[in-house]
Amino acid sequence: MAECHPVGFQWVMEAKKRGATIIHVDPRFTRTSAVADVHVPLRAGSDIAFLGGLIRHVLDNDLWFRDYVIAYTNAPMILREDFRDTEDLDGLFSGFHEDTRHYDPSSWQYEGADVAAAAGQRDQWSTMTADEQIGSRGEKARRASDTDRGEQAGSGGSPFHGTPERDDTLQHPRCVFQVLKRHFARYTPDKVADICGISEAQFLQVADALTSNSGRERTSAFVYAVGWTHHTVGVQYIRSAAILQLLLGNIGRPGGGIMALRGHASIQGSTDIPTLFNILPGYLPMPHAHEHLDLESYISADAGTKGYWGNMDAYAISLLKSWWGDAATAETGYCFDYLPRLTSGHSNYDTVLKQVEGGSEGYFVVGENPAVGTANAKMNRMGLANLKWLVVRDLQMIESATFWQNSPEIESGELRTRDIGTEVFFLPAAAHTEKDGSFTNTQRMLQWHHKAVDPAGDQRSELWFYYHLGRIIRDKLAGSTDPRDRPLLDLTWDYPTTTSPGRPDIAEPDAEAVLAEINGTGPDGPLSSYTELKADGSTRCGCWIYCGAYADGTNQPARRKPGSEQSWVAPEWGWAWPANRRILYNRASADPDGKPWSDRKAYVWWDSEHERWTGHDVPDFQPTKSPTYRPAADAQREDAIGGNEAFIMQADGRAWLHVPAGLTDGPLPAHYEPAESPVPNMLYGQQANPARQVYPHRLNRLSPSGREPGAEIFPYVFTTYRLTEHHTAGGMSRWLPYLSELQPEFFCEVSPALAAERALTHLGWATIITPRGVIEARVLVTERMRPIRVGGRTLHQIGLPYHWGANGLSTGDSANELLPITLDPNVHIQPTKAASCDIRPGRRPTGAARNALVAEYQRRAGITDETGTTAVTGHPGDSRSNGKAGS
Amino acid sequence: MGVRTWIEGWPAYRQMTTNDPLGRGTAVKSDGSRALAPRTVSADRVVKSVCPFCAVGCGQNIYVGDERVTQIEGDPDSPVSRGRLCPKGSASTQLVTSPSRVQTVRYRRPGGSEWEDLELGTAMDMIADRVIETRRRTWQDTDENGVVLRRTLGFASLGGATLDNEENYLMKKLYTALGAVEIENQARI
Amino acid sequence: MTFDLDTRLAGPLADPAGEAGHTDAPPRMGFFTDTSVCIGCKACEVACKEWNAVPAASTGEQSTGPGDLSGMSYDNTVGLGGSTWRHVAFVEQTGPPPVDLGMPSVPQGADEGDREMRWLMASDVCKHCTHAACLDVCPTGSLFRTEFGTVVVQEDICNGCGYCVPACPYGVIDIRPEDGRAWKCTLCYDRLGAGQEPACAKACPTDSIQYGPLDELRATAATRLADLHDRGMEKAQLYGHDANDGVGGDGAFFLLLDRPEVYGLPPDPIVTTRDLPEMWKHAALTAAGVVVAVAAAFIGGRR
Repeated sequence: MAECHPVGFQWVMEAKKRGATIIHVDPRFTRTSAVADVHVPLRAGSDIAFLGGLIRHVLDNDLWFRDYVIAYTNAPMILREDFRDTEDLDGLFSGFHEDTRHYDPSSWQYEGADVAAAAGQRDQWSTMTADEQIGSRGEKARRASDTDRGEQAGSGGSPFHGTPERDDTLQHPRCVFQVLKRHFARYTPDKVADICGISEAQFLQVADALTSNSGRERTSAFVYAVGWTHHTVGVQYIRSAAILQLLLGNIGRPGGGIMALRGHASIQGSTDIPTLFNILPGYLPMPHAHEHLDLESYISADAGTKGYWGNMDAYAISLLKSWWGDAATAETGYCFDYLPRLTSGHSNYDTVLKQVEGGSEGYFVVGENPAVGTANAKMNRMGLANLKWLVVRDLQMIESATFWQNSPEIESGELRTRDIGTEVFFLPAAAHTEKDGSFTNTQRMLQWHHKAVDPAGDQRSELWFYYHLGRIIRDKLAGSTDPRDRPLLDLTWDYPTTTSPGRPDIAEPDAEAVLAEINGTGPDGPLSSYTELKADGSTRCGCWIYCGAYADGTNQPARRKPGSEQSWVAPEWGWAWPANRRILYNRASADPDGKPWSDRKAYVWWDSEHERWTGHDVPDFQPTKSPTYRPAADAQREDAIGGNEAFIMQADGRAWLHVPAGLTDGPLPAHYEPAESPVPNMLYGQQANPARQVYPHRLNRLSPSGREPGAEIFPYVFTTYRLTEHHTAGGMSRWLPYLSELQPEFFCEVSPALAAERALTHLGWATIITPRGVIEARVLVTERMRPIRVGGRTLHQIGLPYHWGANGLSTGDSANELLPITLDPNVHIQPTKAASCDIRPGRRPTGAARNALVAEYQRRAGITDETGTTAVTGHPGDSRSNGKAGS
Repeated sequence: MGVRTWIEGWPAYRQMTTNDPLGRGTAVKSDGSRALAPRTVSADRVVKSVCPFCAVGCGQNIYVGDERVTQIEGDPDSPVSRGRLCPKGSASTQLVTSPSRVQTVRYRRPGGSEWEDLELGTAMDMIADRVIETRRRTWQDTDENGVVLRRTLGFASLGGATLDNEENYLMKKLYTALGAVEIENQARI
Repeated sequence: MTFDLDTRLAGPLADPAGEAGHTDAPPRMGFFTDTSVCIGCKACEVACKEWNAVPAASTGEQSTGPGDLSGMSYDNTVGLGGSTWRHVAFVEQTGPPPVDLGMPSVPQGADEGDREMRWLMASDVCKHCTHAACLDVCPTGSLFRTEFGTVVVQEDICNGCGYCVPACPYGVIDIRPEDGRAWKCTLCYDRLGAGQEPACAKACPTDSIQYGPLDELRATAATRLADLHDRGMEKAQLYGHDANDGVGGDGAFFLLLDRPEVYGLPPDPIVTTRDLPEMWKHAALTAAGVVVAVAAAFIGGRR
């Protein structure tokens, strides 16, 4: 956090001054470790084992927050009889289909939940078995349901129907609490130490510090970044932390929570209002291709009946009204049919593979630098070189625009400039100082930045580019009678533009008008809350979770009441979604009766005198719903949430320790080794996440892992990361002298022991090889890198900051050349944090010899396209068939 | 400047006549030092902004003089950052005033070995044509079983995490209306 | 006029600004750099350069430019100089092998020989000495003492003679090769005049760099030091805070977590002009003679 979010880290240092214990769990000794009270240098890719150990510690030593857990989590829910855990199946859960690498999650459900009724109707969350799907629509259809479950829960839980059985004594052998206990029983301190490469004492030190600082009077916070998400099992990393924090009662309370530290100014915003393939604004799913799919079935498949997500119809229809205006009526199904349909994975990496195979014509690259900044950089460049046209918009002349001039493939002779048919448009972008707009920061807070000066020359905002591109295309297609053009021609696309005295030639769309559209309007003008949205077509809203950002016709993200002049929650600075709420699920900061768990940790509470919720923040609850409210049996939507149920987006009003629906790789986290790992899984026969997505391809080969022959050819673990002095793929830092001089070139970090083992010299060169590529780096030998003991043997880890490329002032090879494309199945994210490699002294070969070296390594390790792609590696024995029978 | 003023301006004269006999302070203060005025004070205006690097969202004050950004520093009012900035945020002035920032459209024709100039308006028109043509060529009304798709997989988009919400909104809206679904950003990378 | 040169060139001095002719001077202002909370982010280096338009060291003396890694941990600007007025040092310390504390179990996961590791970071800067030798030897009057008690090079005066460079007991001030003049931290003299804090202190994310009246900073530092000692950080120490030290105390002082040498700081700096009065007596130089020489050099420097 000190490395990549230094200013946010001021609050950690402030907490430390006030007596907080700062624990840093990271394979590397970083600038954060330097000022932390405790640094746990665990092995890259072993965090679930560590967190699982903590969960076991909490459960076994009775350190969990009983009242919180029983009231607010699904610990009492009873699971179906046919559920089988990793304990039963040697690392698999019930429902896995090896042939399709796919889980059927039906056996993960609650007992008594009416899953059958929903089967076959759901869109994203289909609980049909893979066989059924293949039977009905073939292979493509199966993959469709496979691809996109993970992210729709960005603003709420997964849909859920029926009334589950539960046991509030937590004694039932199939209740979630007991399942959890059994599941984590094998995550003992000695196992954790052995897997993570740390000492038991270190583990216990963290366990004590965490548990002694959690409970009624105290809370502990978790902060993570892509060190947890960039794994083939990344979502389950976060799930592990969620389980732990829920058991300790640290969610929805001040000083608690799990904070995702995001790395770009509006990366949260770009998920909320997604430039992502599988969701629409506000985490509404993109529709999938089905026969007879209409708006009604789309909504009923996803909405659930209980909780706020039950209002999905109002959110979806208001979005459609916002986009297609008067054309969107009840009669036209609100133009639902205008939405394109998904069939299979359309994630970035699917696109890249398609480009490489010549299946893609055009590409817009907007503030990204995939030629050096994305895993398997070579594959990305081969894709760029195989397009008809490419539009790159950036501040500087980045590598993704110049690949045809100076890519490694040009240097090696693999590609020739004159043979590359890609037509490239480089359009210079305007900077944040040259345009109005809002960023959504890492705590979901929108902040407006005002234009300060005009951009120069042809520099333009993205707002300008997309508005005018749309305008020009609409003009060119005006009068078309082709039905495919109706969505374009009916689109609401009439944004007012303004010019400045200095640039009368630039017709800039009014960003505030766009914000107003995002916020939404009703019959009486701007809406002030998503609770005002209607499913009858009377309201428009471009992103329901942002409804209220333009309440009263006022730009709420532009609010700047000085922090010193308001409460510590600072509610009048910017605007946080939803409803300007700063801590989500803050109803949980009070007990079921509505009283704060303790005076010290009071945040929101029920004011019985005035009969409403009040406190320091906007309560995350219906303002006048009493804690004593109990829903009628047939209650729907938010009315079905009891006054004592804190997790109002969830279909059962509770936070989920066990996830009965919504994940593709298991209802509970389990420790799997990274997709490439020299270490065998010491907990299960199953080596890696069985449901991970693999992309067998000659340009994307994987190394053997664990005990597989050839694994010894790539004996070291490497991890990639950022430095304080640079920004991601470098487009905003490598061209700046003041930042470039601080970290002038690419380097690798190795321990003195590894340096000795491989004859690497400080400030000399090292060559690093994986089955994808070979790079060279200057060597920094440092005691901050330490060999660790894992499974009884010494393991070396190599650190690689990944900012570099050939252009700019600070240059070097890109660490992304080394990384594989093999993905977390929930969110399609690549593993950048742990993979295996070899390292040797000296500079890498150039020209044709560069590829030859990679090929030689592949040959020595016996690597084929299929290496490392096997789904099931365990030996579940007879119990496995039982698991299958349950699906 | 009169002779008297000139002589009085001499440090040696000032040294002997003021209470700075060693000539280490007031006596030697130069015209330049006397005229110093920070550009944060002399700015024509101060514009409220947000740091464009990571997602902490530190407040920035943009100082503008003569219609140029002259300085960017932390906004002390921000309850997020309290006026502080990291090295990247502190380099924001250099980021936006960088002389290597590209100012004009660059165009590389298929098989070309050099960049060429291109009018922005022409480029926009050409890009619109490319989109329309690719979309036409790759349009899918239905799959092989007659299931409605109503889309194009002919072109894709990558980007958004460094952009404004309003920009992302127009991107997603336009792409979706075009039937393009391969829309992705850094959140996946 | 008579005065005692001895006390003016060494030893405690209550009011350096008044001594330099500033009547009704504001309280002496300075930096307290608390390295115990430094995270080595280098915001100070960048903020300083942005504000003062200091060129990147790539065109200066410290480095041959991007492409040149120093190998000194994460420090690539290497030291203070004409183009680096704030400099963050990174010190990687490895302690002795762990002693057996009689823990119930041998740490099986950790590698044998695992040792205590410490990564010290400290942002160094001109000390703005109470007795500033750079100022005392400057023949042009380019270096001067401001009303805030700080020491500033006046770029419109400096002729690049370089006398100040060897005079500095800390090795701070230096000639910038591409322009030939001497440069160093001004403690953002221009900002101070407008009531603003120096750029580095303003940017510092963790408040490691604190700016304020020196008296207040010294009190803050004493409290902080006691706190760290209470927490068992026995090696924590102040550096440059003592008015009885060889430079009469620094206007920019530090809280260090180890001995000054560890950070590359001289343990016992002494103002290089301390013996100057004695030398002058022997040379029988008159004050007037010096004045004339200074004035001549000054005029010369203006051409």
